Formats: sequence, C-alpha cells, structure tokens
Amino acid sequence: MLIKQISIFVENKPGRLSAVTKLLSDNDIDIRALSVADTKDFGILRLIVNNPDKACEVLKKADCTVSLTNVIAIGINDKPGGLSAAMDCLYAANISVEYMYAFISKSEDQAYVILRVENNDKAVEALKENNFTILKAEEVYDM
Amino acid sequence: MENYWNKEIECMSREDMKKLQDERLVAQVKHVYENVPYYKKLMDEKGVTPDDIKSTADLHKLPFLTKADLRDAYPYGLLAMPLSECVRIQSTSGTTGKRVVAFYTQHDVDLWEDCCARAITAVGGTKDDVCQVAYGYGLFTGGPGLNGGSHKVGCLTLPMSSGNTERQIQFMRDLGSTILCCTPSYAAYIGETVKEMGLTPDDLKLKAGIFGAEPWTEEMRREIEKSLGIKAYDIYGLTETSGPGVAFECSAQKGMHINEDHFIAEIIDPDTGEVLPEGSKGELVFTSITKEAFPLLRYRTRDICVLSREKCSCGRTLIKMSKPMGRSDDMLIIRGVNVFPSQIETVLIEQGYAPNYQIEVDRVNNTDTLDINVEMSEEQFSDTIKGIQEKERELVEAIKTILGINPKVHLVSPKSIARSEGKAVRVIDKRKLHD
Ligand SMILES: [Zn+2]
Repeated sequence: MLIKQISIFVENKPGRLSAVTKLLSDNDIDIRALSVADTKDFGILRLIVNNPDKACEVLKKADCTVSLTNVIAIGINDKPGGLSAAMDCLYAANISVEYMYAFISKSEDQAYVILRVENNDKAVEALKENNFTILKAEEVYDM
Repeated sequence: MENYWNKEIECMSREDMKKLQDERLVAQVKHVYENVPYYKKLMDEKGVTPDDIKSTADLHKLPFLTKADLRDAYPYGLLAMPLSECVRIQSTSGTTGKRVVAFYTQHDVDLWEDCCARAITAVGGTKDDVCQVAYGYGLFTGGPGLNGGSHKVGCLTLPMSSGNTERQIQFMRDLGSTILCCTPSYAAYIGETVKEMGLTPDDLKLKAGIFGAEPWTEEMRREIEKSLGIKAYDIYGLTETSGPGVAFECSAQKGMHINEDHFIAEIIDPDTGEVLPEGSKGELVFTSITKEAFPLLRYRTRDICVLSREKCSCGRTLIKMSKPMGRSDDMLIIRGVNVFPSQIETVLIEQGYAPNYQIEVDRVNNTDTLDINVEMSEEQFSDTIKGIQEKERELVEAIKTILGINPKVHLVSPKSIARSEGKAVRVIDKRKLHD
C-alpha cells in the first residue's frame, strides 16, 4: 500500500538538481513524480521513481544524502473539489499532512496525490472509509 | 591516602616555592645569557641584562621565545652546554615545518624522569605496580619519559611502545599490568579491542592510566574509564620543555599540577603578549628554571588554558593548569569574543556529528558574522524542511551556550566541505580579505 519516496538533500548551488536527474536517467531510472521544497540555503528533492531501491543505491554511491520515506498515493477526480474532499477527510480524522504534491496520470479524469503524513496507517484507514482510491506501490512504480 | 613522590616540593608553601623559583630563575637567566648567543641577542635587543632579573616578579621583562625561534636555531643554536656534556636528544615529529631537537644532560634526564615519577605516584603508582608504557619509544618523548619515571618509582616496567594491540592486551593479562601509559586515542582503541576480543575490564588488573600528548575530552575520559575499568589521568608536556611531566593530574582529576620547582607558568594575551591575572584564559608560557642543556625562557606554547591556585583536595600546593582548550594560532576574535574552532568541534561531537565543519567569519555593516557549515550524516537527514531546521536550531543553541555568541548553522551534504590534503579547511576569515 505504501510507496517508497526518495528524498535527496540538495544545496542551493547551480547544477545540483540537474546532476541528480542526469545520474538517474543514466541509470535507466524513470521519474514518476517530483517535488522540490526549498529554503534560502538548501532544498529537498522528493521523487517517486520506478525502482526506488536501485535509485537510492545509485545516489548513495554518488555521495548524495538520501533517505527513503513511506508515503501514500491516492487517486482523485481531476475536477474542482477533488483534492479538498481528501483534505477534509484527513482533517476530520485529525491527521496532519507534512507535505503533499500532485501529478497527472495518463488517463484523463484521474489525478494522483502523494501524501506524507505522520501516521500512515491511520490515514490509509480514514481514506479507505471514505472511498478514496489508494494506489498500490507497483501501480505507481509501473505507471 | 594520597601518595607523593616528593612531598616537600609538591606540598611546599607558596612562600618557600617562590623563594626557590626566584633563586633558580636568576641562575637560569645568567646561564643562558652567558652560554647561548641566540638568547643574549634577544635580550640585548630588548635591553635586558641578567642584572635586571632579580626575582619572578621581573619575568615579564624577558623576551618571548617562539617555535619559530626554535626552528631558526636548529640544531645547536639554543644549546647551553658543551655537546660533550649532553647524553640524549629527543625530537618533535616535525609535521609542520622543521623539527625541533631538544638536548639533555644527565641532570636534565634525571629531572625529567623525576617529574614523570611524580605523575605516576599521583595516580597511585608504587614499586608494587606493573606499568605498561604503550607510548611510542624513540625520538618521541612519551615512551622514554614515562619509562624513566616508572623506573624511578620502582614499578615493573613493560616497555611495549605503541601498536600490536592484541599483544598489548596479552601482556596486560599475563603480567597483570596495573598502570597503562599511552595516548588517549590509543587507550580508547585498546578499550575497543578488549571488547572485540570478548573480554571485560574484569579480565584486566588495570587500575589507572596516564594519557597525554594529544587533546582529549571529558567524554573520552569517561569512555576510556568504562572500557578499561580504570581511572584515567591527564599529563602535559612538550618536547621543547623536556617531555611529559611538566604538569600532571592528581586524584582530583580536575586540572594538572605544574612542577613549579622546574617550570614557571604564565598566561598571556596571545595578541598583545601582556601577562594576564590568574584565572584568565590565555596562552600558556613556560620558563624552565633548572635545565642545563636546553633551557627555555618564556616559551610560548600556543596552548590556550587557565591557571588556578585554588586549594586542591590532593594536598598539593603546585599551581594547576586546565586542559588546553585550543591553540592560540587558531583563535578567532568574533564580536570581541575569543573563539576556538576546537570549542565548536567539541559541541558537534557531543551532538553526534562528525567533526567535518567549516567556520566562515565575515563583517557585514561593521558587525562580525559567524556561519558554520556542518556536514550531516544520512541518519541526521530528514525528508522535511522542518526536521532539518530543527536540527540546525539545536546546534545554534548548543554553540551559543559555549561561545556566548549567536552563530548561523547550515547543515550540508557529507563530503561537501573542501578538503586540503585530506583535512577539511576549518576556517575562512573573510574579514582579512577586506582589510
Ligand atoms: Zn591535586
């Protein structure tokens, strides 16, 4: 149910981001979704890829600071109000969201949202109860 | 029960000690002036003659001697006795620049070994002890110094030198060593190896260790004490001043007593050279008062520490020096505060970081800024901005507590700080670029 997200520490220096993405493509790793959170000094690049374990190994070998975090991917209707329904559901269950980011699927009416919450089990339970589609790891990796 | 090697000297009244120091200083100054042209020139340049030095109160009139002088004078320039009277040399490792070679007459060797005997006695050593000396032997003063002291005390002496750790532990067990002398880092390594070999401190008879020749922290002391089941004591000395034993720790384990009958200590402001009052933090300066072959007048050690005459629970009246807190050449003055990179390093290690950091000092709008880049490990990395900023805040707080000034801390990737010859470049002082 949970998806392995790769988080990479990137200092705000020119070329750092492109170096990471080049390294991944050189190693035949496809990026499914991506988000960058940054401050004045540094950023955290968060990636969903087809092969997280291999990506992690490749990045570590290249002296990147990397961690794997379990996140949830849900499918929502790609129309107004789709995301806020999911947020309402989590809010009602008293689950705070650390961060999230969306990506569009190949099918037309679905969008996907990656959620990083404090308690994955509780969040999955609440979302399921409210009939949200929760993606399996393989579904996301093989997308 | 406290044991003393020379109770008369070690517990002498301040008044008597001062009298002894006065006499010996006058004679020492006369000795160098008459026998060492290098010193005569330094004193003449400062307009000081031996007649101006009547007691320790006149010490400040003498010129300083620095490591650069020692290198300049290499090899014989500071020799104060004919070579025919010398029986030994010892030397520094010479990692930075030219080596320093120190000469000893038999009298010099005797007084050095006597100082080491005081150190061994102060940790509880007697003729019934088995003293394992795992300092390097050879040109390095550690091995020969403690070896000689151990002989004087009458311990069964094991001249192991350093290395071959399993054999060290084998001898330790087979011959029942009770005192270990080596560098603190080697003691910690022996402790780890003991554990790896499946042994515990109960398998050893060790009770005390004398560890010096490199800086170490209180935390390291606790670790060594635990891993070897001993009390760990510090010892201080420099090749230039004869070797280990210039100062030694007693049962109080709180600072090292300086052998004042042989060495007079002063604390100076490293920038101005001005003598600071007792209790001030500054650069340690030593003047030998009994040496024959290689006397040192007002030698700047570059070690930063504090002197204290507070009454010690061990009964010794010898002045105490703190563990060196840094090197004067590393000192930075930031917003008027003395800052040593080693202080920052200690905080990092205590907070679980590797000592890979870089200090950047700059001046913005006439105010000094202090930025510290710290390499984090994978375990310290968190996938949230909040998590990393929290770690940075913790470091800021811990460093502020020690330095009294507010730094900016930036966590950076491992191995991202520029290294020069394998060592991270510790300090970038951009203020100097503007001047
Ligand atoms: Zn004491």
